[in-house]
Amino acid sequence: MTQTAELLRIDGLTKAYPGVVANDNVGFSVAPGKVHALLGENGAGKSTLVKMIYGLVRPDSGTMHLRGAPYAPATPNAARAAGVAMVFQHFSLFNALDVAENIALGMENPPPRRTLSARIREVSHEYGLPLDPTRQVGELSAGERQRIEIIRCLLQDPKLLIMDEPTSVLTPQEVEILFRTLRQLAAEGTAILYISHKLEEIRDLCDGATILRLGKVVANCNPREKSARELAELMVGQTLHTPSRDARDAGAQVLSVQGLSLPAAHAFGTALKDIALNLCAGEVLGIGGVAGNGQDELLSALSGEMVTTPGAITLNGAPIGDKGPNARRALGLLTAPEERLGHAAAPDMSLTENAMLTGAQRKNLVHNGFLNWRAARQFAEDIIKKFDVRTPGPGNAARALSGGNLQKFVIGREILQHPGVLVVNQPTWGVDASAAAAIRQALLDLADQGAAVIVISQDLDELMEISDRFCAMNEGTLSPARPAQGLSVEDIGLMLGGAHDMEVAHVGG
Amino acid sequence: MNLGAIDPVLLIASLMVASTPIILAALGELVVEKSGVLNLGVEGMMITGAICGFAVAVETGSPVLGFVLAAVGGAVMALIFGILTQYLLSNQVATGLALTLFGLGISAMIGQGYRGIKPPATPKLDMGPLSDLPVVGRILFSHDWMVYFALALVAAVWAFLKFTRGGLILRAVGESHDAAHALGYKVVRIRLAAIAFGGACAGMGGAYISLVRVPQWTDGMTAGAGWIALAIVVFSSWRAGRVLLGAYLFGGITVLQLNLQAAGVPVPVEILSMSPFVITIIVLVIMSATQRGAAVAPAMLGRIFHASS
Amino acid sequence: MIRLEKRPEPSKVWTVATPLVAVLLTMVAGGIMFALLGKDPVAAIRTIFWDPLFDPQFAGYSRPQLLVKAGPLILIAIGLSLGFRAGVWNIGAEGQYIIGAICGASVALAFYPADLWIIFPLMVAAGALGGFAWAMIPGILRTRFNTNEILVSLLLVYVAEQILASMALGLLRNPEGGGFPGSRNLQQYGAASNPELIAGTGMHWGVVAAFIAVIFAYILLNRHMTGFHIRLAGQSPRAARFAGVNPARLVLLCLGLSGGLAGLAGVFEVAGPAGQISIDFNIGYGFTAIIVAFLGRLHPVGILLAGLLMALTYIGGELAQFMLGLPAAAIQAFQGMLLFFLLAVDVLTNYRVRIGKGATV
Repeated sequence: MTQTAELLRIDGLTKAYPGVVANDNVGFSVAPGKVHALLGENGAGKSTLVKMIYGLVRPDSGTMHLRGAPYAPATPNAARAAGVAMVFQHFSLFNALDVAENIALGMENPPPRRTLSARIREVSHEYGLPLDPTRQVGELSAGERQRIEIIRCLLQDPKLLIMDEPTSVLTPQEVEILFRTLRQLAAEGTAILYISHKLEEIRDLCDGATILRLGKVVANCNPREKSARELAELMVGQTLHTPSRDARDAGAQVLSVQGLSLPAAHAFGTALKDIALNLCAGEVLGIGGVAGNGQDELLSALSGEMVTTPGAITLNGAPIGDKGPNARRALGLLTAPEERLGHAAAPDMSLTENAMLTGAQRKNLVHNGFLNWRAARQFAEDIIKKFDVRTPGPGNAARALSGGNLQKFVIGREILQHPGVLVVNQPTWGVDASAAAAIRQALLDLADQGAAVIVISQDLDELMEISDRFCAMNEGTLSPARPAQGLSVEDIGLMLGGAHDMEVAHVGG
Repeated sequence: MNLGAIDPVLLIASLMVASTPIILAALGELVVEKSGVLNLGVEGMMITGAICGFAVAVETGSPVLGFVLAAVGGAVMALIFGILTQYLLSNQVATGLALTLFGLGISAMIGQGYRGIKPPATPKLDMGPLSDLPVVGRILFSHDWMVYFALALVAAVWAFLKFTRGGLILRAVGESHDAAHALGYKVVRIRLAAIAFGGACAGMGGAYISLVRVPQWTDGMTAGAGWIALAIVVFSSWRAGRVLLGAYLFGGITVLQLNLQAAGVPVPVEILSMSPFVITIIVLVIMSATQRGAAVAPAMLGRIFHASS
Repeated sequence: MIRLEKRPEPSKVWTVATPLVAVLLTMVAGGIMFALLGKDPVAAIRTIFWDPLFDPQFAGYSRPQLLVKAGPLILIAIGLSLGFRAGVWNIGAEGQYIIGAICGASVALAFYPADLWIIFPLMVAAGALGGFAWAMIPGILRTRFNTNEILVSLLLVYVAEQILASMALGLLRNPEGGGFPGSRNLQQYGAASNPELIAGTGMHWGVVAAFIAVIFAYILLNRHMTGFHIRLAGQSPRAARFAGVNPARLVLLCLGLSGGLAGLAGVFEVAGPAGQISIDFNIGYGFTAIIVAFLGRLHPVGILLAGLLMALTYIGGELAQFMLGLPAAAIQAFQGMLLFFLLAVDVLTNYRVRIGKGATV
């Protein structure tokens, strides 16, 4: 660091939860006007660390200093009063309230409504993040919702801005604009603590980086002096295995969707508009897009949780649009939803029971309505063994598993049922790198064996790595599929809807 | 049969009295539900308030003191529910039911010595010449002060929810307790306050039944008013103004069927007596059918909050 | 500072222990309540829990009463527990119980004074159907119009009570009863009566039905797909839908089953222990069964035991009323308290209590 003045200094911060030390003797510092990265895998302890800085969690030991003075916020209010603001990964927003109300809730002493609305329009325009203070938040896109969080922070004129994985909901073009805004803020003297696991972004944006692994600081470095590969190995602690695949020819068409439209299932859902896609045996179709653009609804329509006109979906030439989940399973169309706990699996039930959840039919676990628990247990043990699920046994509750292990179980449960078509939504979201690599490999192997696979994901790198063809979801519509090979980031960004209505910051730089 | 004996002015005037307990209880429950908590124990809190208010008013001779202690009694009962659901994370539906069963028992126990006694009268508010106005005077300006207190409370709750920061925070907690927690709001404390307020309102509503509307003590005398209040919160689409409308609708039906019974209409008494409940069900159906899919109920209603970090 | 910490899995020990702890806590708190009423708490607790079973003076009368009272409680609670597990809240079992009794009694009275063996089976069928139909009202309103089944099922109790009054005073009134409200006594009408099957045990057909329901529910929940779906739907509705559960059908099934069982309880009661349709025929079994269901942890075997315990508090309560002058309402408060304590200690099943160090920076 060139600057001697430190805005935030952290020494020896430790926080333990039962069974896991989330942060172990963590220390680093951030200077005013700098963008500092906090890099680490899921579960490395980044979130716990920033929660301590933001006053949501109390450390067990260690010290923090803000502008040289001891800093120990007991509540987020205290943190905000000290000039620390935070943009949350899982947004801290209220769907049924409007934009101005949401912003007022995040401020210590909000001005009267009319003044606040004017300020919102002014500041959001200034930074190229246009917002209408009267809109109800539930109706807004993920990108717009993030703007609310950012504007809420900016209105308080923070000295330190914490951003937790802000780009996961943005298209490449929107990321570009966000970065310009952040650089602008840094130039004005704001320190930014930027949390991410995306290496290229960090090399592009940040002046310094602290890398966390299993709660410990493994390196403090200047990310621009390291290659992405070096950073990745520091972060993961091992050489990453890149999924491998053999070249193959597409087989016969197995799944076809034509003119699929569905109204939004709930008040803040997305309606599907005239979706069309074709899928051939042995291919992987990647569907990219920012979460909340209809991916959940598309998965529900394919799984049979939401039914439609019979002809909208055909499987091996047979219309199945009006069939429920089990009828589709019987025909070989299997799915794995995004939400692991509560949708793909029942949290309080054992793995044996969760194996029964989708495997009853294809694995012959049920006869005349009576359940064969021994066979279900055997099936669960198979999944655990073949997919390297780390758990004491099939009697354990699903909620006791880590995200990565549960995801391996969920994907393994479907793959071991030998699907003709497998649809997975966000298969590696919140999963550690080694489990993610294993899951991607398993999906590729499945395609190699002749199954057709649809992968819905926000992670564009992942999709580029494993897809044969790529299409994008944006506001309930699906773009035509294009061969994945040779697509540029620019192309993909435009398919995803480009910059929407974000603008380059209007303040003089 | 003598329908001519039914005086429309008197009917409307007594409608205002009949709906007052429901207004109070429903308004309290509205605030509770706005904070994301479903307390099904309204009936239990009302009956507890009814006996507390009655006993205190009889012992002290002061109806005002009766209402105050009824509010305290209702709030104490509500806080049992609050501690169980907010600190011990119990299921809200089951705990609400327990509150009702317990309230019915405990009130009957306290009330043993108070059967057949007449409570001190709650005086009419002196509105001077206003009460002498023809028709309007008797309908609007000839009631006891609790009627006006309930109306004022409707306005106060409406204004609180719509215009104040406290109201905004309460709605936010009911909309997403996780987001509110992340922003540093004390979800549990805010909810406990709402629950206590709901209990106090239900308690006063109950006391209004035992001190003014009936006025005497009998076991289980709230007779479903608490459940009606819960239904009216749904009817109101969680809006204070509409609580008034719903309570008047219910009060109107109650008073009308009582008048029809008195007038000797050739309809079985049982049919008339069940009509308020049947009509409440019908109204619930109409409201739920039209609300379907729209986000009118607080999103966190009935969900358990446990800060994991 | 005391904190709660979610267990990775529900504790097996506490699942069994919580009802016992709750009963003990209720005895302590109930004792305090009785002391405040000026009664000797130890004597009161003993009169309620011990004397009905073991006191030579009372046991002869009280022991058979145990099954008589437990039968309907268990029958109703088994039905309710299926719904509660699936997240379907039928709290109007009292109404379904009344309607079941009215339907069963109507069949009997329609045949009076014929002496046919078919009458009793027909009554049972009519009672079950009546309860089923009454529970279908909230069921259909919920599935068709998304109307809250909690409120509708409960409001229908008040409607059922009015129907009961109307029947006792009108249609079903005993023409030879000298104008007094209430129907003919079915116990004195052989073809329609539900007699004690083994003298001195209290065992009648309703108790037999309750035992069958316990076994049926146990197999359903543990061995059958429908039971698995019921558990799944209660724990995570989205996962249930993903597993192919039709939520509307499940709501109807749960309400129908619980309504039918409550109706059965009603008809066995009216043909047996109660004997006739009267204005005060229902004495709150439908509500107490809610406590029984939770006290039994929604588990069939647990409900069997909880039903017997609750029956004991009814009988012991009456005894205490008679012996010690304990008010009848005290026992109702006592039962409500039991549910409170159960819900309070239940937290230990899923959470661990930590006496945490107040961490400072």
